[in-house]
Amino acid sequence: MTATDLREGTAARPATRPPRAFWTIPRRDALVGYLMISPQLAGSVLFVLLPLGLVGYYSLQEWNVLAGTFEFVGGENYAKLLADPNLGQVLTSTALFSAGLVVLNLALALTLAVLLDQKLRGTTFFRTLFFSPVLVSLVAWTIVWQFLLQQDGGVNGLLGLAGVDGPNWLRGESTALLSVVVVQVVKNVGLNMVLFLAALQGVPRQLYEAAQLDGAGAWTRFLRITVPQISPTILLTSIITVVGSLQVFAQIAVLTQGGPGLSTTVLVYYLYQQAFQFRHLGYGATLSVLLFLIVAALTLLQWRLRRKWVFHES
Amino acid sequence: MKAPLATLALACLLTVTACGGGAAPAAQGPQPLRMSIWTSNEAHLKLFKDIAAEYRKSHPRVGEITFDPIPFENYTTTLTTQIAGGNAPDLAWILENAAPDFVGSGALVPLKGKIENAGELVPAATRLWERDGELYAYPFSTSPFGVFVNTDLVKAAGQKAPRDLIKAGQWDWEHANEINKAVAAKGKNGLTILNFDYKAWDNLATVWQGWGAKAWSDDGGTCQFNAPEMVEAMTFLHKSIFTDKAMPGPGTAVDFFSGDTAMAVAQISRAAMLEDATFTWDLVPLPAGPKGEYAVIGQAGIGVLKKSPKAELAADFLAYFTNAANSAKLAAYFPPARSSLLTADTMAKTSPMLNGDQLQEVVIDGIEQGVVKPSHTGQAELAQTARAALDPLWKPDADVKAVLDGVCAKIQPLLGG
Repeated sequence: MTATDLREGTAARPATRPPRAFWTIPRRDALVGYLMISPQLAGSVLFVLLPLGLVGYYSLQEWNVLAGTFEFVGGENYAKLLADPNLGQVLTSTALFSAGLVVLNLALALTLAVLLDQKLRGTTFFRTLFFSPVLVSLVAWTIVWQFLLQQDGGVNGLLGLAGVDGPNWLRGESTALLSVVVVQVVKNVGLNMVLFLAALQGVPRQLYEAAQLDGAGAWTRFLRITVPQISPTILLTSIITVVGSLQVFAQIAVLTQGGPGLSTTVLVYYLYQQAFQFRHLGYGATLSVLLFLIVAALTLLQWRLRRKWVFHES
Repeated sequence: MKAPLATLALACLLTVTACGGGAAPAAQGPQPLRMSIWTSNEAHLKLFKDIAAEYRKSHPRVGEITFDPIPFENYTTTLTTQIAGGNAPDLAWILENAAPDFVGSGALVPLKGKIENAGELVPAATRLWERDGELYAYPFSTSPFGVFVNTDLVKAAGQKAPRDLIKAGQWDWEHANEINKAVAAKGKNGLTILNFDYKAWDNLATVWQGWGAKAWSDDGGTCQFNAPEMVEAMTFLHKSIFTDKAMPGPGTAVDFFSGDTAMAVAQISRAAMLEDATFTWDLVPLPAGPKGEYAVIGQAGIGVLKKSPKAELAADFLAYFTNAANSAKLAAYFPPARSSLLTADTMAKTSPMLNGDQLQEVVIDGIEQGVVKPSHTGQAELAQTARAALDPLWKPDADVKAVLDGVCAKIQPLLGG
């Protein structure tokens, strides 16, 4: 700004110009906007960002709950994480659990949705049947399954009728993990099924008619039309299911308590044990940071991969 | 604009400060107290509430006293989570396996000067709860383990009742195993060890002590799981479970109190659950092992948490709750640590469900010769690590010695060696 400008500016300012109103329309709109989002914003700050920050802060501390001491230990908990002899087994159990859950859940949900998308008698009943476990209390559901999966429980009773001597489901290292996966899949598959059903009903019928006229078989129509058309829903359900699989806790606490051995000790259960059972709250917070990074990385990866396989997005 | 903003900030600050002051007790009005307990048994709760109501009549400063039951399985975890979350109770029941952590950390208020006639507390009962000559929790329940027997099932299986075996000098684990094997062969369950469920292995001390086995050395520094005595004891248990089928195997839910199980190793507080039993039952001492007769004690203390803003009031209530008169009432379910009450005659008056023989053999003798269940600093992590390492033992083809070597390999670093 030059001296000339300043002079011109001074000279140009009219002495009687009325003061500019503070509450202009854009400002009022902005205020209303901020007021509208303020409950959600406050909730996010209080219940998401603040706890996230606190977890990071606690991971640098050693907190002795009983003694009431709180000591800064820097990166000690992270060094402990790298040297933890159980962590390899815990991450393996977590990966196996998540992979099993995601593959089974999505495959079964899509299959059920395709079957129940047919215009046949009784589909409403089956839709309700498969969705109803979603509404059942998680702990009650898991306790019932605990009885069914006992050595002399209902599942082995049914197998016995077929002449099969069933295993001790919750006590075998491989069967325990499988059991928890199946209990979780049966509980929640209805949710993904409903999302897939909604997506399937949005696929334009004329695409199928055109393909049929061109001689495409049912499998080809499914692969070439259905899957690309519902790919945004596949992306959504896969993200929800992957994130959900990494947060499964109650089923493991009730069914196996992480055993036998460490075969069902997934990362969330391990951090619960460390933080609340063993009272290593600082180390528990460090494991939470690890879990957060894994969830964030997997979600980001899926989001990036969508460019390759999601057919259309709105 | 700056002045209103400053006023608003000051108002917020004052509001927050006022809220923060909520942690301190209100200056006026009766102060409520909260005690965490593991039992939700109605008979236990009624007794506690009656004593609390009596106390409040003469202590108007104290408001409602609530007894907050926490499920036994996660008792200590839930209690410490409450403490971490700023929701600590004023008083807490503390199980023996958590005693070293609670007493050693300084979380509890010293009590020696407050407890009525503390000099008569049996030394064996106070050992876990003392540090540097000070008492940090009242040894509320010093409860020896005994064996509850469903005598109907035993007779139906054509076996001699344990009480007859005691008279014949034959009440040992081998004979007990034969009875349970016979009952199981009839389609019922043999022996169950309450709360063990193939996870809480410290309850197995009620068996392995008969072989003279220990989880770790007396100084707590050396693992003893792979010592010959423990290998023998665990081999007996393994045979009993998988060969003789005298104990329900892992993954089977068993309830002695519903009447389909021959025997249950448990403490006398469980007698309350037999009030409406539809079968005849008895309570006998633990069977003798190869090293002879023995007893194992489970303990619980009640402490006042230093974090409580009403610690002084809470300690005063604890002194009343555990005075000689109330200890006599509580002895109906929780064997007292006061020597003046530890006689069969006195206890018979307060324990209507148990007869003189049962009280003498199981409770009085048990407290005199009993060994407390294993407890160690950092018990929760130790217990979990040992649980995971012991899991391979609960399979029919397990190599007992190899599994127990594995347990020691896993827990020795936690024992400090």
